[in-house]
Amino acid sequence: MSRQDTSDIVFRRILAVFPISILILVAGIFFQLVNASLPSLNKFGIGFLFTRVWDPVAENFGALPFIFGTCVTSLVALLLAVPIGVGTAIYLAEYAPPKVSKAISILVDLLAAIPSVIYGLWGIFVLVPCMRNSVQPFLGKYLGFLPFFQGPNYGVGFLAASIILAIIIVPFIISVSREVILAVPSVYKESTYALGTTRWEATADIVLSYGRVGILGAVILALGRAIGETMAVTMIIGNNVVITPSLFSPGYTLASVLANEFAEAATNLYLSALIEIGLVLFLVSIIVNILARLLIWSVTKGPLDVIK
Amino acid sequence: MVCDQRAFGRDQMKEMIHTAFERTRLQRAIWDRAMVYILFLCAIGILLILFIILTHLFIQGITSLNWDFFTHLPKPVGEKGGGMANAIAGTFTLLGLAVLVGVPIGLGTGVYLSEYAHLQFAQAVRFMADVMNGIPSIVYGIFAYIVCVLPMKGFSALSGGFALGIMMIPMISRTSEQFVRMVPSQLREAGLALGVPKWRVIVDIVVPAALGGITTGIMVALARVAGETAPLLFTAFGNRYWQHSLTQPIAALPLQVFSYAISPFDDWHRQAWAGAIVLILMVLIINGWAQFYVMRRSRWSAGK
Repeated sequence: MSRQDTSDIVFRRILAVFPISILILVAGIFFQLVNASLPSLNKFGIGFLFTRVWDPVAENFGALPFIFGTCVTSLVALLLAVPIGVGTAIYLAEYAPPKVSKAISILVDLLAAIPSVIYGLWGIFVLVPCMRNSVQPFLGKYLGFLPFFQGPNYGVGFLAASIILAIIIVPFIISVSREVILAVPSVYKESTYALGTTRWEATADIVLSYGRVGILGAVILALGRAIGETMAVTMIIGNNVVITPSLFSPGYTLASVLANEFAEAATNLYLSALIEIGLVLFLVSIIVNILARLLIWSVTKGPLDVIK
Repeated sequence: MVCDQRAFGRDQMKEMIHTAFERTRLQRAIWDRAMVYILFLCAIGILLILFIILTHLFIQGITSLNWDFFTHLPKPVGEKGGGMANAIAGTFTLLGLAVLVGVPIGLGTGVYLSEYAHLQFAQAVRFMADVMNGIPSIVYGIFAYIVCVLPMKGFSALSGGFALGIMMIPMISRTSEQFVRMVPSQLREAGLALGVPKWRVIVDIVVPAALGGITTGIMVALARVAGETAPLLFTAFGNRYWQHSLTQPIAALPLQVFSYAISPFDDWHRQAWAGAIVLILMVLIINGWAQFYVMRRSRWSAGK
């Protein structure tokens, strides 16, 4: 009997190594990134985040244009994706017949699984020509008085990247918001029906009021995806270090500068500046994801299943 | 009335009823009807966009595929023809290496969380796994560059497989926990009642019973990392020839799609589409199979 107890304890100890190694891994990534970016951290300090110059030849580095590009593309992508994504989630959770809802949800989940390099490929050959030939001339003609829609029209640029980002994050918004809405206890809805409300009033006033924290979480989660999205953006943003209000202008993001320049970084300082950009991405995505998960879990009372 | 103070207090309820009755009955009915159509249009809009993308990918991809694609090496720059045989082999090599890193840690974590962990510790690890899932893939690439490429002084298949492997850990741990937890507790109790130690129950009864689900989870994780390009850019790096050693740069399908897509040659564009369709089919088939498995599985446990 005692022998069995010992074997059980040993097995349990061995197995416990694995979950602890996950925690160590995340800490390890953080320390390795900090350690490797020390030369740049020491030389540029906090000013790295607020400097507009990116000059590998003179070894003068600042990340502001990339931070600007990431913020612009992510926010425009959210503006495009959130209304239509949340609307679809409400339709799937509250209105559609169960079978239709299930079928569309499976389709949406499959689309979330398509690799981003393929969205980038589609972006280069379909979206960019379409932006250059019809969408951007149209916007320039009718909304050209706004600073966002001025400047030369290349096709590639902030707007094209934002649109591809919106298409990539929309499946996440739909899938998580739908789970959140389904987690709202139906007693609340039924009791409002009993008071004589219409379906939409029950949905808007009760379901969305109860689930709004979780939906906010879904949106923030999508923001995290948009910030870290690399390949599709790199392929169509145009790779231009610039800060400008024009959405037509080619730009750069944190992730895409890594994708383009990392393998070619010739000097130690250049490499460490790039790794510091990676560190910024890491920290931002950790904060964004912690926030999003806390909000989502507060409604769904625990983690969502990975495979539904 | 069962009513949670947190969701809506009495004042909020009063206000809601008040605003509802300020509108006429007709206005409310019209608004209600209109929202059905607006929400329906949202769903149709999304489906339409996704349908356009998918049909375009399929038509371009299928018409670009040919037998050479699977059997030939890339031709020198400027020459027509050739294929991506080395990239396909490279992707499978990288996935094999990734399995070696990702499966032991992921599976071990999943089993521990389901069978042993205290509630708070388990919740903390789950939370960490979810957060890890949200870290941009290019950051894993940088990590692999620092801990593998720099000490080994060169790009290699090993570092690429390592980057993909750590990306798989959170996914596998969450899916295997989900399926191990689904094993009916009667099975465990029956084993324990026979005097079998708990660890033997786990190894011989619980894990085999969940094996189908665990495998499905591993396949889904593989399908996701198979299309990852960013972590391979400066680890596996790419290669235009057959690779003979795991310490040399290695080709991968998504890398090849990327470099061909941004090239100026029409024939390379065609091959990029062909590579894309192979990747998509792989992802769709594995995910479709997983959906089917889970549906059959839930029907089985519901009809039990």
